[in-house]
Amino acid sequence: MNIALSNIAWLEPFVKVAKGENVAQNVQLITKTIGIPLVGILVFLMLWSAAANSIDTSLGKFPGPAQVLEQSKNLLAEHFAERERAEAFYQRQEERNAQRVKDDPTYVPKIRDYTGKNTYIDQIITSLVTVLSGFLLASILAIPLGIVIGLSANLHAAFNPVIQIFKPVSPLAWLPLVTMVVSALYVTDDPVVPKSFITSVVTVMLCCLWPTVINTAFGVATIPKDLVNVSQVLRLNWITHVRKIAIPASIPMVFTGLRLSLSIAWMVLIAAEMLAQNPGLGKFVWDEFQNGSSDSLGRIMVAIITIGLIGFFLDRVMLRIQRSVSWDKSATLR
Amino acid sequence: MNPLLELTQVGIEFPTPKGPFCALQNVNLKIAKGEFISLIGHSGCGKSTVLNIVAGLYQATTGGVVLEGKEVNEPGPERAVVFQNHSLLPWLTAYQNVELAVQQVFKGKKSKAEMKAWIEHNLNLVHMGHAMHNRPDEISGGMKQRVGIARALSMEPSVLLLDEPFGALDALTRAHLQDSLMEIQKDLNSTVIMITHDVDEAVLLSDRIVMMTNGPFATVGEILDIELERPRNRIQLADDPTYNKYRQQVLSFLYEKQRKVDDSMPAEKAKEPEKEQAAEKVA
Repeated sequence: MNIALSNIAWLEPFVKVAKGENVAQNVQLITKTIGIPLVGILVFLMLWSAAANSIDTSLGKFPGPAQVLEQSKNLLAEHFAERERAEAFYQRQEERNAQRVKDDPTYVPKIRDYTGKNTYIDQIITSLVTVLSGFLLASILAIPLGIVIGLSANLHAAFNPVIQIFKPVSPLAWLPLVTMVVSALYVTDDPVVPKSFITSVVTVMLCCLWPTVINTAFGVATIPKDLVNVSQVLRLNWITHVRKIAIPASIPMVFTGLRLSLSIAWMVLIAAEMLAQNPGLGKFVWDEFQNGSSDSLGRIMVAIITIGLIGFFLDRVMLRIQRSVSWDKSATLR
Repeated sequence: MNPLLELTQVGIEFPTPKGPFCALQNVNLKIAKGEFISLIGHSGCGKSTVLNIVAGLYQATTGGVVLEGKEVNEPGPERAVVFQNHSLLPWLTAYQNVELAVQQVFKGKKSKAEMKAWIEHNLNLVHMGHAMHNRPDEISGGMKQRVGIARALSMEPSVLLLDEPFGALDALTRAHLQDSLMEIQKDLNSTVIMITHDVDEAVLLSDRIVMMTNGPFATVGEILDIELERPRNRIQLADDPTYNKYRQQVLSFLYEKQRKVDDSMPAEKAKEPEKEQAAEKVA
């Protein structure tokens, strides 16, 4: 129990207060680490509430915290209702099939999928799958490219202009081209994944490639001269040099790049989904906007907060991975 | 007697925007097997450059280096270098750092068990057996340098190159490491070239001290044979007249014959006379 608790840093002062160790100091610590951020959030909620009340739109008042809370409850309730309906559908289908097989043993039962609408949770899952696919694809391309560029000053000089030009391009600019190319190349009668998914993934990939390439290349290019000399004295071949020296030495920079890339991927995804109509949070926002009911603005606000929380969560996960992979535990990780 | 290592008319120029900069010229040196040579000179005189040329990390513009009858063109483990800043890979333990070198040099020549024994033997040689599974950030500066020496020794180099190996250490640690180095050199009879700016270190450890003139166009100024009995003991030598005579000779070379122009003088003024002097020399 004690060990488990001490693993969670922010719980430690609470445990110490409960045990009566350094009460005054630990209470101060709690105020600092939890109290002050809490005050910040409360002030923000109050300002938001006040501002929302004074903004009138054609779809009613701008949603305040209360409406957002209500809509998030609605969205969850809708999700569970939809799940129940799906379950009921499968159950009915099973019973019907069982009955027909009983009546006529030669009958081969058909199983049909439930075709209800995507719930909010489904949209979140689709978004996560899309962003992670795009990010993974980008990383698989970007890390080796970054290493190769970082090892050779000439390659770096050759690639740098291209990278610098494509780096600031918005996903909205890529999307039409990507859509056309995917439509032209991804021709199959029985698609494993929908076209809109491919379009979103490719767009995400194109936009989040660059920070990883740039940071990996920088990390590899700035390996201390002494370590490069060691590699030369040992006559390490190219592969061993990359494996034993270049990659470990540049891991901190690679992760800086990966974290930037992931946050860009997540931002880009929402825009890509809006336009590509790939089911996901972006499409959810767009659909609600087109829907124009009195609940729409509240629901969009729920989506915005969800997007923010997931973005934050993804970054924390990357940080965890970095901590477990990097040899440099002393480096400050932010 | 055939020298193990021979530097003949070695010179090097570095390209700069203002035209080539000649750091070294006409460096001639013959080193026999088992000799301990120190290169001493003011900072910036090109002693590190000489070492880097022998290591193969720099290419000489003129002249060349011959080791055991073969010309040196590229770096290699038979000329192992111990760098000033230990340059251990920070993500590997002391053992793994030595292992990387041993695997590279003895791939296919030693079995796994033999390699393990060899790595441990070398770490024990530098008295690092107790901490061989610690990473560089977990051990002191002196210990890191010991591991660096173990890594170099594990390659069984024909000549061991030490680039100011103890320069970054405090005086007490440095004395310990010097004693260790003398002990190892006595056991292995290795050939060593060491760069230093410490006069006592040079006299205590060396068979010969090579004193370098100031750059640019630096070259070998004088060579001093140190004929002190081994094993040498720093405390006994402290008031040995021969030892002090050698010390005095090195000091006089550094501070009278090759007086470094004061760094606190404006850089331009300080450099100009030197350049003129150098130009005269060439003419």
